[in-house]
Amino acid sequence: MATRSQIPLIFEHSSRGRRGYRYPALDVPETALDELIPAEHQRQQPPQLPEVSEVEVVRHFTGLSRLNHGVDVGFYPLGSCTMKYNPKVNEDCARMSGYMHLHPYQPAETVQGALALMHRLQSYLSDLAGLHETTLQPAAGAHGELTGLMIMRAFHKANGEDGMRKEMIIPDSAHGTNPASAKMVNYQVREVPSDDRGGVDVDALRAMVGPQTAGLMLTNPNTLGLFDENICEIQKIIHEAGGLLYYDGANANAIMGYVRAGDMGFDIVHFNLHKTFSTPHGGGGPGSGPIAVSQRLAPFLPEPIVAEQHGEFFFKRPSQSIGRVKSFYGNFGVLVRAYAYIRSLGEQGLKDVSETAVLHANYLMRNLQPYYELPYDRHCMHEFVLSGSRQKAHGVRTMDVAKRLLDYGVHAPTVYFPLNVEESIMVEPTETETLTTLDTFIGAMKEIAREAEESPDVVCNAPYETPVRRLDEAQAARKPILRWTPEH
Amino acid sequence: MANPRDYLYTKDHEWVRVIDGTARIGITEYAQNELGDVVFVELPAPELIVEEGEGFAVVESVKAVSDIYAPVSGTVKAVNEALEDSPELVNESPFDEGWIAELEINDESQLKDLMTADEYDALLEEV
Amino acid sequence: MRYIPTTQEERERMLAALGIQSLEELFQAIPSHIRSDPSRVLPEPLAESQLLRHMQELASQNQDTQALVSFMGAGAYDHLIPAVVNHVTQRGEFLTAYTPYQAEISQGVLQAIFEFQTLIAELTGMDAANASMYDGATALAEACLMACNAARRQKVVLPATLHPEWIDVVKLYLESQDIHVEILPFDGEAGTVDLTALTDDLGSDAACVVAPYPNFFGLLEPVEELSQWIHDRKGLFVMAVDPVAMGLLQSPGAVGADIVVGDGQPLGNAMAYGGPSFGFFACRGTKLVRRMPGRIVGQTQDLDGKRGFVLTMQTREQHIRREKATSNICSNQALNALAGAVHLCVLGPEGLREAAYQCLQKATYLKQCLKDIGIKTAFSAPSFREFVAAADVNWAEVNKRLLEYGFLGGLPLGQYHEDLDSCVLLSVTEARTKEEIDRFVHVLGGLC
Repeated sequence: MATRSQIPLIFEHSSRGRRGYRYPALDVPETALDELIPAEHQRQQPPQLPEVSEVEVVRHFTGLSRLNHGVDVGFYPLGSCTMKYNPKVNEDCARMSGYMHLHPYQPAETVQGALALMHRLQSYLSDLAGLHETTLQPAAGAHGELTGLMIMRAFHKANGEDGMRKEMIIPDSAHGTNPASAKMVNYQVREVPSDDRGGVDVDALRAMVGPQTAGLMLTNPNTLGLFDENICEIQKIIHEAGGLLYYDGANANAIMGYVRAGDMGFDIVHFNLHKTFSTPHGGGGPGSGPIAVSQRLAPFLPEPIVAEQHGEFFFKRPSQSIGRVKSFYGNFGVLVRAYAYIRSLGEQGLKDVSETAVLHANYLMRNLQPYYELPYDRHCMHEFVLSGSRQKAHGVRTMDVAKRLLDYGVHAPTVYFPLNVEESIMVEPTETETLTTLDTFIGAMKEIAREAEESPDVVCNAPYETPVRRLDEAQAARKPILRWTPEH
Repeated sequence: MANPRDYLYTKDHEWVRVIDGTARIGITEYAQNELGDVVFVELPAPELIVEEGEGFAVVESVKAVSDIYAPVSGTVKAVNEALEDSPELVNESPFDEGWIAELEINDESQLKDLMTADEYDALLEEV
Repeated sequence: MRYIPTTQEERERMLAALGIQSLEELFQAIPSHIRSDPSRVLPEPLAESQLLRHMQELASQNQDTQALVSFMGAGAYDHLIPAVVNHVTQRGEFLTAYTPYQAEISQGVLQAIFEFQTLIAELTGMDAANASMYDGATALAEACLMACNAARRQKVVLPATLHPEWIDVVKLYLESQDIHVEILPFDGEAGTVDLTALTDDLGSDAACVVAPYPNFFGLLEPVEELSQWIHDRKGLFVMAVDPVAMGLLQSPGAVGADIVVGDGQPLGNAMAYGGPSFGFFACRGTKLVRRMPGRIVGQTQDLDGKRGFVLTMQTREQHIRREKATSNICSNQALNALAGAVHLCVLGPEGLREAAYQCLQKATYLKQCLKDIGIKTAFSAPSFREFVAAADVNWAEVNKRLLEYGFLGGLPLGQYHEDLDSCVLLSVTEARTKEEIDRFVHVLGGLC
């Protein structure tokens, strides 16, 4: 990785009067500003934006980019995030003028290509979910969860049961977004424990459900990377209690072509297009979190969805729609990339993705098992969870192992999640890595395990080779500096 | 750091020091150690009325959050404003300068439900 | 196999290392009776060249705004985008990174977000901003939720002059938490909120009032009066601002805003049929910052004392606080926010002012030209980049004819407000030329 020298903030480059972009000269007759904007509406102090030239901006951000790890730079086995290769051709597709430069309120007859693309993507995702209808609106997985739960609430309300169905059941291994989303629709969260095979404790679940149950949110394979074999039993328990099942599709990369959420009995599914369908994550976004729902829930989908009649595409409002969760129609540019990905791979290609992702994960897991504790010793799906408990005995914490990995040019796995495994390390290699990369990673993890035993200090003070060394997070949070000012 | 003998304790690792019908409340040495570097303390509003067992303050470290539960019912009479600028006092001096709030006690009989220092020591032995 | 590097030989080596015969064994946990049947929907694979041809064909079924001359606004604007913006955001190190959880190898994204936060704080006159939200509408919804938490009140006042889709989004978010929404009517003459509707009854238990600036009709709301009114009643003042307008219009900080949000599309982001853009979110004071949703980057130092940046105040967020988090937001719109930051950096204060000034002057010019052909302006309040024109015509039909001449006309307003059936919302950005405006007026004159 790049230089250890510090890059000044763009504001620190600023020189009065410098500019990086010029507009063409104003070509219409001017009216005095005071005649158009009353004094009380005129800005007194211009915002202090930096004054920099174009080349300075390019060098600055190029310099910053070189301090950053990405899938284009190296291995990124971040569990639960499916950091697979983001095909370049999809970027070219999304940048075609016929997609990039469309106004959202153009008349339907001028955007038939865009609507056709969305309509097909809706049907592909409905098919992959094994469900009836899909909305492309949610901007991210968590947004899809929120939308799904709004639909769930609307369904119970339509049945006159909103007042009594107040509880959302969520496993202890769930993503943090699940309980946070449940709270955003005023559901009370009830946590169901895991059993000793890492799945939902079915007896505990049975004891928990009742007329107060709104539904269950579940990831399958779950965050331990394990497929819950009791899924049919689980869905029966929830449905018999009158609840609905929500599928967190964060782990869908494991099962394409093998099993569909709808066939497992789920009523609502979200997909993370920025995980399973290869759209780049952009340093935190944009993502896209379409949701598919069963037939009885389709009337409640947010508006609008794309419909087709006699070869013409148009927007439609579902009959009992919850309303809108976002302006316009979702992250369209992301949808274009995901559509291109599905077209590239086709049905068999998607199945190959899951097969290979699962093979890679199992290969890594079995090769790391001699060096790290494996709390659930069974075949994993597309990811697996280790525990750093053996290393902890030498005073080396999982965070230290993660930081040491950075010196090997590898992004660390997800750490300290899921919460039900001590010192957890969650590894997801994805299908797009070579066997050489997997073997190199095994070598690095093995070496770190050795260091943890023989020279724990080396691990505890890592990293050494990165643009900055370990950062003081306590200081950042105690005395927050959240913006540049000339003094800092 | 030993647990002060004249304080009372809860199973949530809070301490209570009773002075003239007022309960001064903080978290124990054990609790601060478990939390790690405390970065923020959300203090209760003065005159807030709280029930025993109710969360009325929050202690945050970099990656964990811990609710502070009222060990007894009462009314908030004072808060440790020094924590606004120096939350690290909870780490450095948990039993003294790192106190969090003072409650005017409604019902002194609730104090009987709290642990003595010996009982709390024994609890820590078990963990 | 596309994008899968594993060879058949390597596959067999891995299976052998696992001591299993077939891949099927790895999937044995999935009950056989729920296994997938072959799809009747999913397509056959396309090679790269075939894919490009297919995607181009679909794209060509759209008339884009490079071909059409757009006078359409209403939340998505045809602004000029400096070439450098796309070049920076296409760098793989930014494009293909995840959220910067491992700070030591994510300083690029972290520092860029820190700079973005500073730029947004400057634009809005606020103390702090977060790393971005999904879009302006969801940012406003979250701002209202935050105001309810901070003020401990369960009612929000929204003006009818807010973008109709934003009203829909905010209502859905708030009503999902059983929070009451009151709609403030607008003055039919001015086109801004009806100040006589600001009663004690309305304000005394309101967590906040929202002021769009400019509003859906492109008009400047009486922000000082709204700010005063809600603050007198101990509520919060929330502004939803256009970022380009911030080059010219009063700073929200200066009129007492507590929370400021907006949609960042006008800053370096193509319209892309409505997304992705980004929402921005800023607030005043350290107490409110701790209630802010979303990711926040803070400055700190490393073991060697060197300046560095980290995600901070993470205890507000879902991955730590779970159901007690300030929001469920996780992924945001970081790359679009980066585009916004680069855009603001190349523009600088003068460039931003000029963009705003040209929008204002060109919109004013169109307004004058329309007046000359008998199409009047519907409202009297001062406007910025958009305005409402009124004429006794069917605007949807007029727009169809305009398309034939290569123009994307304005947004007919009858679909939102019955009594605005004769009205159309027109937008003019700095990207329009005098020649385009003159031609548009000429053609429109022939149609009205």
